[in-house]
Amino acid sequence: MGQYLLRRLLIAVPSLLGISIVLFTVLALAPGDPFSEMALNPNIPPEVQAALRKHFGLDDPIWQRYFRWLVAMLHGDWGFSFISRVDVDTLILSRVPVTLAVIGASQVLALLIALPVGIYSAARPYSWFDRIASTLALIGFSLPTFFTGLLLILLFSIKLDWLPFVYRADLSATGWAWWVEQFKQSIMPITVLGLFQGAGWTRYVRSATLDVIRLDYVTTARSKGLRERAVIVKHVARNAMIPVVTLVALTMPQVFGGAVVTEQIFRVPGIGSLLIDAIQRNDTPVVMAVTFVFACLVIAFNLLADLLYGWLDPRISYR
Amino acid sequence: MAGSTPASATAEPLVQTPARPRRSVSPWAEAWRRFKRHRLAVLGLVVLVLMILLVAFGPLVWRVQINDIDFSARLNTPTAHHPFGTDDLGQDVFARMLYGGRISLAVGVSAMLMAMVVGVTIGAIAGISRGAIDAALMWVTDLFLSLPLLPLLLVLTYLFRDALKNAFGPEIGVFMLVVVVIGAFGWMSVARLVRAQFFSLREKEFVEAARALGASVPRQVTRHILPNALGPVIVAGTINVAAAIILESTLSFLGLGFPPDIPTWGRILFDSKEYLDIAPHWALFPGTAIFLTVLCINFVGDGLRDALDPRKVL
Repeated sequence: MGQYLLRRLLIAVPSLLGISIVLFTVLALAPGDPFSEMALNPNIPPEVQAALRKHFGLDDPIWQRYFRWLVAMLHGDWGFSFISRVDVDTLILSRVPVTLAVIGASQVLALLIALPVGIYSAARPYSWFDRIASTLALIGFSLPTFFTGLLLILLFSIKLDWLPFVYRADLSATGWAWWVEQFKQSIMPITVLGLFQGAGWTRYVRSATLDVIRLDYVTTARSKGLRERAVIVKHVARNAMIPVVTLVALTMPQVFGGAVVTEQIFRVPGIGSLLIDAIQRNDTPVVMAVTFVFACLVIAFNLLADLLYGWLDPRISYR
Repeated sequence: MAGSTPASATAEPLVQTPARPRRSVSPWAEAWRRFKRHRLAVLGLVVLVLMILLVAFGPLVWRVQINDIDFSARLNTPTAHHPFGTDDLGQDVFARMLYGGRISLAVGVSAMLMAMVVGVTIGAIAGISRGAIDAALMWVTDLFLSLPLLPLLLVLTYLFRDALKNAFGPEIGVFMLVVVVIGAFGWMSVARLVRAQFFSLREKEFVEAARALGASVPRQVTRHILPNALGPVIVAGTINVAAAIILESTLSFLGLGFPPDIPTWGRILFDSKEYLDIAPHWALFPGTAIFLTVLCINFVGDGLRDALDPRKVL
């Protein structure tokens, strides 16, 4: 198990390096650099500009700059935000927990919808429940998150005035009241993300379960006289989960994309809204670091899926 | 095999031909027959065609300019004069949506075509060659699959938007950028699909027969393998259009896609979200348009999936 984990980690390293190369190349190829605005400033003489460029190594060959950047990142030196006037790593670390909480809760919600609905639909294929659930799933996953978000705000914040539509990190209440407030302001972001993912996954769960439910060992389990519930939960569901785990891991980048949109709509102070703010204010170090953090998170979740995969399917050996 | 060979090979056709006037059915006619069984898919196709006709020919009939500013009619609710109401500058939302719909749909289709070309090429190369080339291409594919899509799209548009705008003008420049960026991140599933298809098809007897007859590798691929792998690729293409439309709308909704003077559906939503409390119609119409388009495309994709899978009996 420990060896397997180590091996997977070693495979993740080249992927991370690849992503960092892609990111760095994109930024290096992009027209303009942090000093291009300085060139237009008449108060800074050209020799000072040249000295600054030399000091920060902007005229070195690209591969040298890449390695310098990589070494700095590994040392924990992520740069300094031009706008917020703090180190990028403290800025990001203060934002990551919020994003992880929103994403985590919405994924739990999505699984709570997708697993029971998908399995029940597959257990009774082409029944009324299945048809309605499949149609609703298709509708749910055709509804873009930004539109669902606006609809929920329109309904619950503007028309009914039940929920706040701006997420606040600095709630004034304490104790129980704080939890209630926190719950109220989290409902909508989590629902938007959870419903979208849940709808997509319901389809996966249904088709994966349909593939398994016709196999001989299921018939055997039934003819042994096991109750239907035990057959479905213990025999069918466990094996149906194996492809679902892969698909869930594959949709992880999409989940983070949804998180960016949701955070932006509800003004959740996570790394997604940090990215948008940084982009709108030309804060390149933050943009770079946040994108890289997103990449790391995606890879971390893929790793988690690999481990789950091995646990669900003992036929995969940890070697 | 022996059972299916007629005992008297010469006599058989003479009896058969007049007795059974078989209509030859092309694979496409057969697919259409299967597609028609899926009622929601047909409905989706009808709505989709109507929408395409509307955005293609609507501006010729509905001759209100998209930038007609009328401060006396700000944030009006739908009336006969403005069927979808007006925005904060008194511009007609219906005219803007007709114009934006063209761009949204064009982005969807062009990005899909680009993703298809890249995906089919890479998948075909990986599928027909074994060993190192296949492994390298699949590593790249997996790498792209684990990239954080939306953040990267945002960064790319942020970095290259101004340069392209200066080079090609705001409309064409941003259009090209959005299409290329979305297409460049949509090919991975297609590549994997095509590769898997190639793996099973290239061992089939008919490909082996072609190989034995001396067909070159390009001919094997283009004449024998690719046409048989087309079904799942078409389905993936349909889904890709929907994904591209959503992505473009998302970019515009975050304020990083098309500029305000090019009102794509996502851009109209972005402009309208600050006025949600006083003018909800302004957001509801473009949002519903995106939703309806994507829903119809997904229904059509579902129908095509059933229609193009010959193993499924319908």
